[in-house]
Amino acid sequence: MSDHRYLPHTPQDVADMLAVCGATSLDDLYSDVPEGLRLRHPYALPQEMSEKELRDYFDRLGERNRRMVCFAGAGYYDHYTPAVVDAILSRSEFLTAYTPYQPEISQGTLQYIFEFQSMMCALTGMEISNASMYDGATATAEAMIMAVNSARKKRRVLISATVNPAVAEVVSTYARYHGITLEVIPEHEGVTNRTEFEAMMGAGDVAGVIVGYPNYYGIIEPYDGWADICHAAKALLIMNCQASTLGVLRTPGSLGADIVCGDAQSLGMPLNYGGPYLGYMCTTKALMRKLPGRIVGATTDRNGQRVFVLTLQAREQHIRRDKATSNICSNQGLMALHTAVYLSLIGAEGLRRINDLGYGGLRYLADGLAATGRMRLVYPERPTVNEALFRTSDPLTADMVLEAAAAEGILAGVKTDECELLVAVTEMQTKEDMDRYISIVKNIKL
Amino acid sequence: MNRRLYDKLIFEHSRAGRHGYSLPRNSFDRHIDELPQSCRRAEAPALPEVDEPTVVRHYTNSSTNNFGVDTGFYPLGSCTMKYNPKINDALAASRSIATLHPMQPADTVQGALTIYWELQRALSEIGGMAEFTLNPFAGAHGELTGLLVIKAYHLSRQNAGRDTVLVPDSAHGTNPASAAVAGFKVVEVKSLPDGTVDVDDLRSKLNDSVAAMMMTNPNTVGMFEKNIPEIARLVHDAGGLMYYDGANLNPMLGVARPGDMGFDVMHINLHKTFSTPHGGGGPGAGPVGVRKGLECFLPNPRVVKKTDGTFDVICEDSSLGRISGWLGNFTVYVRALAYILGLGAENIAKVGPLATLNANYVLNRLKDVYELPIPGPCKHEFVFDGLKDKSTGVTTLNVAKRLLDFGFHAPTIYFPLLFHESLMIEPTETESRETLDSFIEAMRRIADEATNDPETVKNAPHDTPVSHPDDTEAALHPVTTWQDLCAAQNS
Repeated sequence: MSDHRYLPHTPQDVADMLAVCGATSLDDLYSDVPEGLRLRHPYALPQEMSEKELRDYFDRLGERNRRMVCFAGAGYYDHYTPAVVDAILSRSEFLTAYTPYQPEISQGTLQYIFEFQSMMCALTGMEISNASMYDGATATAEAMIMAVNSARKKRRVLISATVNPAVAEVVSTYARYHGITLEVIPEHEGVTNRTEFEAMMGAGDVAGVIVGYPNYYGIIEPYDGWADICHAAKALLIMNCQASTLGVLRTPGSLGADIVCGDAQSLGMPLNYGGPYLGYMCTTKALMRKLPGRIVGATTDRNGQRVFVLTLQAREQHIRRDKATSNICSNQGLMALHTAVYLSLIGAEGLRRINDLGYGGLRYLADGLAATGRMRLVYPERPTVNEALFRTSDPLTADMVLEAAAAEGILAGVKTDECELLVAVTEMQTKEDMDRYISIVKNIKL
Repeated sequence: MNRRLYDKLIFEHSRAGRHGYSLPRNSFDRHIDELPQSCRRAEAPALPEVDEPTVVRHYTNSSTNNFGVDTGFYPLGSCTMKYNPKINDALAASRSIATLHPMQPADTVQGALTIYWELQRALSEIGGMAEFTLNPFAGAHGELTGLLVIKAYHLSRQNAGRDTVLVPDSAHGTNPASAAVAGFKVVEVKSLPDGTVDVDDLRSKLNDSVAAMMMTNPNTVGMFEKNIPEIARLVHDAGGLMYYDGANLNPMLGVARPGDMGFDVMHINLHKTFSTPHGGGGPGAGPVGVRKGLECFLPNPRVVKKTDGTFDVICEDSSLGRISGWLGNFTVYVRALAYILGLGAENIAKVGPLATLNANYVLNRLKDVYELPIPGPCKHEFVFDGLKDKSTGVTTLNVAKRLLDFGFHAPTIYFPLLFHESLMIEPTETESRETLDSFIEAMRRIADEATNDPETVKNAPHDTPVSHPDDTEAALHPVTTWQDLCAAQNS
């Protein structure tokens, strides 16, 4: 009998195959591994579990996770995933394929990447997209490196203080080890300080400028004229954007951005405790040969059919090795399929409606909280879509709100300071959920 | 898979006024059109307008253009395309994970943190390492992270001058590329005719600027680097660290551990050795393990076990920093842990030897007709330098394309760069003898055709939905979006 259902060989198969190899035991095939290196004890790992036992084991673990009504955002948003998306992603022709190196038998993958690229360009108003990056944070770090590689000998990059701190930390890690000087443009009342920005650009040694859109506080900063200032100094404007809101916001392309990147998680990807999500990166045709990662292009085959292939590969690690635009190889391919299916279903009108629900819900919640006299918007005059910063009134603290809400199964937001909470609303929270939130805040004993 | 191409794009199914969304009714008083005009898009994004049945049919038809592990044998060298167990997918789709926000308090995600911890411990046992971070998103990202651990280590010892990484000339392209992203210079170490590292050449390149040596073991020609104890000693004596590229870990399961070979830092591709599906290019995962003493440099955030047995997520100042938004591709860990538990200690140890048996079986049954530049026994994979008979003009590319006609995925071709006609074959342990036999039969038939009917091989593939795409045209005039296609049609 074979050893395991994943391992087909019977002892007879093994014996016959060893004979073909001129060996008498499996050990013979490892005669080149020095004796001193051989593993001589069984792995200290659990014994085999049956499928039923596996389900029981993971079910028990699942019971130790708590599903909450999620008003937390901070870069990751609780949106609905249509059943169609899961059904398509579970098709094993897509799921169990490798990177589409053989276009003759990979047109399915290549088609959806092409569709994904087209949709990301439609959302961002840019001309070219790659096939995906890992997440929004690493995409932004790669955008920084792309800006430095595009500039001659300039190694200074600016990042706004209003960029999501998790993104900024990853960018800072890449910068530190890559020999890039990363400087923070200070914020003023929730938005990037434009005067400081212009002053910092003065020296003319900046390769790129990274800003958030909407920024960490959910604010839609006015970036009119920023691209001109960047371009006058031969620097690239890099906009880190929350993908879902691009369905309604003025496009980064129309603002003159050179690189648009970020996380597409908000396009209906399950939260999944952090991943898989999808980093995206779009740019202009002028910069396409500097893009990291894979790109799919259309061409024709011998029979004149329109077909798709991986293209512009001379940028990539398997060709250029240490001179490549990036080391990225595997990306988040299947999540590009998620995005393509999701956006096919949701469309422009669906995105508008989703943003409208978040917009209306956030204001309903803000009005209710303001009426308690205990929590109010920090920047009520700044335009936001579905996320905003709230401040608690002394003696109420952010921790008190989070704790009281958690006791009722509500994740009230993300704490940014002792008395500040970042709160996001999507189509997932009902009016009743918001009424409960308001009532919890109202009833906290001070 | 289909023999005829399903050639539509979703944009070509779009009809104004159709929709595929299902959303809650909006009963709020305030609406998005209140936003100042200056913040809003001038026009709606040009996304397709499609109903749900059309979307389902489109992607289902498109999937039939594709070949996956579930479709057939996928002997792609260095990619370890083993069977992806279905139970693992089912467990990864659990609602109890799908709904967890990364910013949830630790006490509400103890089940998820247990999965992270248990997988980290299992990988440490298999790798012979002290601790793993699971945060890196893919193999190349793991390489980068591992190299940053090494950089942080040298910097902590005031050794900023260690700015060079040694890489064998047979290495995967990601090795030198990752070293460059990590801010290192790359120096290549030569290989001997048998494909293993030339220790004399290595010795001549060791000095106090060397931060690390990156190696795969077995290497990319499928040979075990038997001088590894000496190599590790030389590098360590020179003050450098040893980095293990885990792309070829599969044949070592049950046989030897990188930690015991003298490696200090390693990554593992969960989408190779630990059976998680590759998804047409990702998401994968590239966990990084370190030997004792290097744990403090692992990236933030880290999952730790507290004295009361519960888990927490922390950030530490000694860390190299953050390399991912949160803890990486989480559902991939569910699959990898389920794979390990589903096999159990005893069967995991059989994976390496059975993968190696399959590779040697194919090697031995084909070496009379294909050129074997390095004699076996190999480990999990091996490289042919094209057909034995070079007089036919049939190239490795032709052989690869002809294989597609017989229902097999092509091997990795023209890598490693050590040979002109590299054809790198990796059959994994999940392939039955019958599958291997039918592959062998196809390879022998192609060798026969190369002599008797070379044009058939040179013009392959004949039986795929697409044949001979014009790559040159694609690169010369890039058309990368639907918008580009429309513009090209209008001009």
